[in-house]
Amino acid sequence: MRFAVSLLSVLGVASVIGTVLKQNEPYENYIVKFGQFWFALFEHLGLYDVYHSVWFLVILLFLVVSTSLCIYRNTPLMLKEWRTFKEHATEKSLRAFSHQATFKPAADYAVVKQNLLQFLDAKGFKYKIRAQEDGSELIAAKAGTHQRWGYIFTHVAMVVILFGGLLDGNLPFKVQEMLGYKRIETTDLPVSKVPAESRMSVSNPSFRGNMTLAEGATHNVAFLRVRDGYLVQELPFAIGLKDFRIEHYATGQPKSFESDLVIFDPALKEPITKTISVNHPLTYKGIAIYQSDFQDGGTGLKFNVWNLFTPNNQPQALAGNIFGEGALDEGDAQLRVEYNDFRKFNIINMSPDGKGKPHNVGPNVTYKLRDSRGQATEYVTYMQPLQIDGQFYFLSGMRETVQEDFRYLRIPADDNLSIDGFMGFRAMMLDASKYPEIAKRIAEKSLGVRGDPQMKKQFELSLVRLLTVFAKGGYSEVAKVIEKNVPEKEREASATTYIKMVNVAAYEAYNMGLALNKKPLLKNSPETERLLRDSLNAFSDMFFYGTPYYLQLNQFEHKEASGLQLTKSPGQKWVYLGSVILVLGIFAMMYIRERRIWLYLKPDAKEVHFAMASNRKNLDFEQEFNLYREQLAGIAS
Amino acid sequence: MNETIGYQQQTLLQKLNWQDWLYALVIVAGSVFAFIKYAHFMDAYEVTFLFGAAALISYLGWQWKALGRLVLGVGVLSLAAIAMYHGDQARATQVFFLKFLIASQSAIMWMNVLFVLAMVTYWFALYRRSAFTGRVASALTWAAVLFGFVGLMVRWYESYLIATDVGHIPVSNLYEVFVLFCLITALLYLHYEQKLNTKQLGGFVLLVINAAVGFILWYTFDRAAHNIQPLVPALQSYWMKIHVPANFVGYGSFSLAAMVALSYLLASKGVLTSRLPSLDVLDDLMYKAIAVGFAFFTIATILGAMWAAEAWGGYWSWDPKETWALIVWLNYAAWLHLRMVKGLRGPLLAWWALIGLIITTFAFLGVNMFLSGLHSYGTL
Repeated sequence: MRFAVSLLSVLGVASVIGTVLKQNEPYENYIVKFGQFWFALFEHLGLYDVYHSVWFLVILLFLVVSTSLCIYRNTPLMLKEWRTFKEHATEKSLRAFSHQATFKPAADYAVVKQNLLQFLDAKGFKYKIRAQEDGSELIAAKAGTHQRWGYIFTHVAMVVILFGGLLDGNLPFKVQEMLGYKRIETTDLPVSKVPAESRMSVSNPSFRGNMTLAEGATHNVAFLRVRDGYLVQELPFAIGLKDFRIEHYATGQPKSFESDLVIFDPALKEPITKTISVNHPLTYKGIAIYQSDFQDGGTGLKFNVWNLFTPNNQPQALAGNIFGEGALDEGDAQLRVEYNDFRKFNIINMSPDGKGKPHNVGPNVTYKLRDSRGQATEYVTYMQPLQIDGQFYFLSGMRETVQEDFRYLRIPADDNLSIDGFMGFRAMMLDASKYPEIAKRIAEKSLGVRGDPQMKKQFELSLVRLLTVFAKGGYSEVAKVIEKNVPEKEREASATTYIKMVNVAAYEAYNMGLALNKKPLLKNSPETERLLRDSLNAFSDMFFYGTPYYLQLNQFEHKEASGLQLTKSPGQKWVYLGSVILVLGIFAMMYIRERRIWLYLKPDAKEVHFAMASNRKNLDFEQEFNLYREQLAGIAS
Repeated sequence: MNETIGYQQQTLLQKLNWQDWLYALVIVAGSVFAFIKYAHFMDAYEVTFLFGAAALISYLGWQWKALGRLVLGVGVLSLAAIAMYHGDQARATQVFFLKFLIASQSAIMWMNVLFVLAMVTYWFALYRRSAFTGRVASALTWAAVLFGFVGLMVRWYESYLIATDVGHIPVSNLYEVFVLFCLITALLYLHYEQKLNTKQLGGFVLLVINAAVGFILWYTFDRAAHNIQPLVPALQSYWMKIHVPANFVGYGSFSLAAMVALSYLLASKGVLTSRLPSLDVLDDLMYKAIAVGFAFFTIATILGAMWAAEAWGGYWSWDPKETWALIVWLNYAAWLHLRMVKGLRGPLLAWWALIGLIITTFAFLGVNMFLSGLHSYGTL
């Protein structure tokens, strides 16, 4: 018993470790977190998968054995207690009880005896009468001895539950791994290339694996994650996915995930078609198939690619698939595009104070641009403009490492909620051949058509210079020039002037861009001011975007993949059986109270001796004893 | 044969009078009405739960008359609220009675206020040794429970006013279960108060309830957690309707036991000894609370395992919540084992029951706050 309780305590502590230390993470995460030394030590102790470590299983095994021994030893005693009336008690021993009383009945012996027996019946006691040698009689009565089954049941339940749990553990694999027959695969291989020693056959009695199934695909293997690798589990049938659906509530939160599955099995005349969803799995051939998660299944994408730093106003077309690759540019400058993820719905809370309601802002795509040296930058780009502070922007975030947050480029949408306005403006601002025209227009507006030609010329020249600088790197480039050429005191004043001039120039550039596209021109208004400010900011920010290429998603063909979990769990019915026994046992143990009554009847002395006992002394027993003593006094006096 | 009548125990059915039968009739009639009107929205399990609940509520009301009165009160007030809504959610802030009394938010606020008042009154009664004040405190607690249940019932209805697919029983997030926790703990306490006449303990038990009330207030005003949210797919299951309440009977009982343990420890150290019930009564009450809690916690965990087998692909995933449920279970199993098998009594068990509350609280709240896992429905 003590051994079992100690084991349970160790089990408790081990379980705590497993909850505090996140289990089954990729091993790199642990290395980053703990450093190499502790990582190796913890790995050795199996702390990354405590509940499947050898020592944990050994504890469980010991528990089964020790509890079984307990049952083996104590059950006969319990059964004896359950059966016996303890009718061999002697008068002397009864008089030593802490709960006893003596009555002197006046009535006839036979009547008293009959009344007493009726009393016991009424209270639900079973009894046995034993004649004593001196002519006295002992009525030995018991009630609630089924409580003893509580002990047996609870302990048997523990063994049954643990047995079921061990059946569902991966013991067979563990043994085979130790004997060298099996090993986990740690490299990313196509299923057909995974060697036989990393494959579990159809006869594997229990497993819990995953399968990612794209729409239209069919697979007949699942992957079992083990430590930092995996095993391939072969299935006795193949699963195909016809369709995967996500339904949403009006507020945008997901309401249901459903997969239309088809089961192909040579043993079947017709494939089985069945829709599964969360909380509604399908069980076939002892394998339960659950809706677990979802991801992209290779969505087709079409982009307009803008080269941000050329005055060219025409985007190129680019097409690809999620999980696929594409290429931009040629030769040494070539960039590989790796399409990583597409999300059709993005529920984001865009309100500035965070208190507004989250809503769907439409699709986004995540991709990496990798240069010839293998350096990659990750981008996430939203297809539609997002509303921020009442204004619409095209958002594209970039980051160099996964640990960073995305830094966003915000391109203001034009009046048609299109990116074209900005792109036209950008082209004008980059095209040095357009500067004289811009400068001329501004000079005419500010100095009048008939202004001093000398001064105009001077003014135009400085504008062209400013625009040339601005085109090299936006505001920060202008700031650099100011820092270099202007004395410190005058810097602020000249910066203000420059910003004003750039804004005026932006107005002309934007309109020239619109005119080129035959779009209506901007008018002087606060909205226009804001648009120009945002456009200039976006122009300045694009120098920090990490690439000249802006991939604007303009079409997609959505293809999803459903994440399934497959479980074969022969221990489940044992665990459930054990649970039922456990509940019965607990109720028997706590809510059935074993009580025993002895009534020693002495006809000669006209005396009835009453003794009562319970295997658990508590308040209820005291109250019951007092009540019975009073009532018996009424009968036997 | 006259003597026999004195000790003859009546069966439950013999004890019933016409009011009891009428009570059960009302309950069953209500269930039948619900069945006729809404059967096509329910699956077989939910129909079972409906009539199971009717049987359970009838039985509990027969055993404990005060509970029967509560059930009727909750029914009348909830139906009154529903009638006042006219199917329009906006009326919660327009109709006087809804706005100030029985719209779900208002009712829950009343519950909060009444629980605080009840606690103050209980402590005052303890201080003045006043039986009358004690009765007032009990009445306030009953009123708090009444409003709390009305709040939950009306919330259930309100969730359907948002949209039919949003509607669900209000036991799905941390806010809702905290209200449930207050109610169940209070009811368990009131049950023992009536049975063992222990009004002196009210102040102690209401400490833990009011801690929960404080949390509800913070959660409402700081996090706007009272807004009804639709269910995530994993929670759309009939299992939720039994798993969660069973769990909270467990949590409630363990909290009750811890508070009794606190009073036991004080009394055994000579603090308030003359005002508190005897140590034997406290010890017994502590045991009973833990026994009830343990039984329900066991059932809740098993139900949880069965649900997990349907939703997560396995009856046991060593998810932090599951693991901590196991730790709580082992803790109280050891407690009961020592008491029942080894016959241990006294301050050690009281200390243990008190510390048990910390473990229970961690399993209930700490796991959501500090650990992540499958069970993260109620993040802070």
